[in-house]
Amino acid sequence: MHQLTIRELAKGLRDKTFSSVELTQHYLDRIQQLDPAYNSFITVTSEEALSQAQAADERLAQGDDSVLCGIPMAHKDIFCTNGVKTSCGSKMLDNFVPPYNATVVDNFNRLGAVSLGKTNMDEFAMGSTNESSFYGAVKNPWDTNRVPGGSSGGSAAAVAALLTPAATATDTGGSIRQPASLCGVTGLKPTYGRVSRWGMIAFASSLDQGGPIARNAEDCAIMMQAMASFDNKDSTCMDHPIEDYSALLNKPLEGLRIGVPKEYFGEGLNADVASTIQAAIKQFEAMGATIKDITLPHNALAVPAYYVIAPAECSANLSRFDGVRYGHRCEQPADLMDLYKRSRSEGFGDEVKRRILVGTYALSAGYYDAYYSKAQKVRRLIKQDFMNAFDEVDVIMGPTATSTAFELGSLNKDPVSMYLEDIYTTATNLAGLPGISIPCGFVNGLPVGLQVTANYWREGQLLNLAHQYQQQTDFHRQTAPDVA
Amino acid sequence: MDQSDIAKLANLARLDINETTAAEVADSINGILGLVDQLQNADTDGIAPMAHPQDAQQRLRKDEVSEENVREQFQAIAPEAEQGLYLVPKVID
Repeated sequence: MHQLTIRELAKGLRDKTFSSVELTQHYLDRIQQLDPAYNSFITVTSEEALSQAQAADERLAQGDDSVLCGIPMAHKDIFCTNGVKTSCGSKMLDNFVPPYNATVVDNFNRLGAVSLGKTNMDEFAMGSTNESSFYGAVKNPWDTNRVPGGSSGGSAAAVAALLTPAATATDTGGSIRQPASLCGVTGLKPTYGRVSRWGMIAFASSLDQGGPIARNAEDCAIMMQAMASFDNKDSTCMDHPIEDYSALLNKPLEGLRIGVPKEYFGEGLNADVASTIQAAIKQFEAMGATIKDITLPHNALAVPAYYVIAPAECSANLSRFDGVRYGHRCEQPADLMDLYKRSRSEGFGDEVKRRILVGTYALSAGYYDAYYSKAQKVRRLIKQDFMNAFDEVDVIMGPTATSTAFELGSLNKDPVSMYLEDIYTTATNLAGLPGISIPCGFVNGLPVGLQVTANYWREGQLLNLAHQYQQQTDFHRQTAPDVA
Repeated sequence: MDQSDIAKLANLARLDINETTAAEVADSINGILGLVDQLQNADTDGIAPMAHPQDAQQRLRKDEVSEENVREQFQAIAPEAEQGLYLVPKVID
């Protein structure tokens, strides 16, 4: 059962090959058996899952036509779940049981999906390796000595290890696409404003966006249909028509204009990854697309701009964790200042503290113009680069990450070298554009992801071209030897 | 940025950075500031700062109650709450 895609599972449920309860139990058993090696879940909600599955079976018996009815899935532990611990990978929220659901969670519940639990992540989504989680590092199913990427490393690893058919995730600077690339799965970061951020714990509010990780584009389309919704509770959510993503999958690619930026193939890119990406682009050419060399001249400034804007917004967002209303509180505070300082210092890990300090500095009196305002101006230049490119091409292709999955512990000592891992992904967030990472080959047995970026609201186009590519290739069907 | 700058910054951010790690923290923050200083080379004359990717304005809504009051549920997860109030150490003697 765990080899099947959502589309196939939905058919199995309706053909009564298995029930949702049987399917859910099967995944719960797999998680119990295999996840100790990967640590991809923080919380497994067996009881709730089985009762959701039972309800779904009743709905299916009544002829429910939602594809997700009875389908097990998992939520990144950044989405608030009513009555279920939502830790955001932090000691600060180790005791936090939200009294409400994120809009995204409500959307899945309404469709009858079954939540298996909450997936591991870098603390407050800050990291590219999943090593900053309070609950321990996640291991890459392709090689457990290597990182799964981050921050949605638990979601990507759980899908890659076939512990769930799909999972929700979030992307602030690459946190869906980079782990999808490193784990050999498909991950979509939607246009900023497409998916409600209500109940999704905020890291950098002008960059954060929820999206799906699944085994292929067809399943991502199903997940995306559930996640996309206009929500009055999120003042940055935008009221824009939602496409029928599954209906768009089979559009032929003839005439698709692909731009390949020279800046994505410069210094720092692993040579074998580069040739794998070039081969994937050639495949699109063989399928009827045209290729054009383009330039994104300000791309090198994306990481510097990101590491001002994201920490600045994080320092503001994380000021709410003060030990007063919820979350960790220190023992025996001497006074109010001691309560704030010790609760925060005990509750946050090193990377989170580092970013709060950088953000506090960037926003402090006398430095605001030099850092935050300057970064917001560069952000506009980066967006303008993309808009100029989209005058000439439909989509932009390149690598998602500079290399395949790297070894645990190899980058977490030096923040700057870890930040530079985000060189291909952060610009998309700064511009608010949609992007996808698609499995496109292997280097030394480790997956490589192709990143495709499209213009605003073109999630359907990204899923369409990914699906067409996946009709011609089988990289997305391969799984690590230990998980089959 | 040196250790005393870190101490000031930590106070603004309501964090405790102990003396043994302050030097290490200062080093890593200096590394990050070195990275972001590349921004100073960008020519941004006449460019307006961009806060929202699509320059959208925040929506306003009528000042009306739209949600039911669930104060008790929220206070049930507070470290210390009593009679509808969140408790903190005494602020005024």
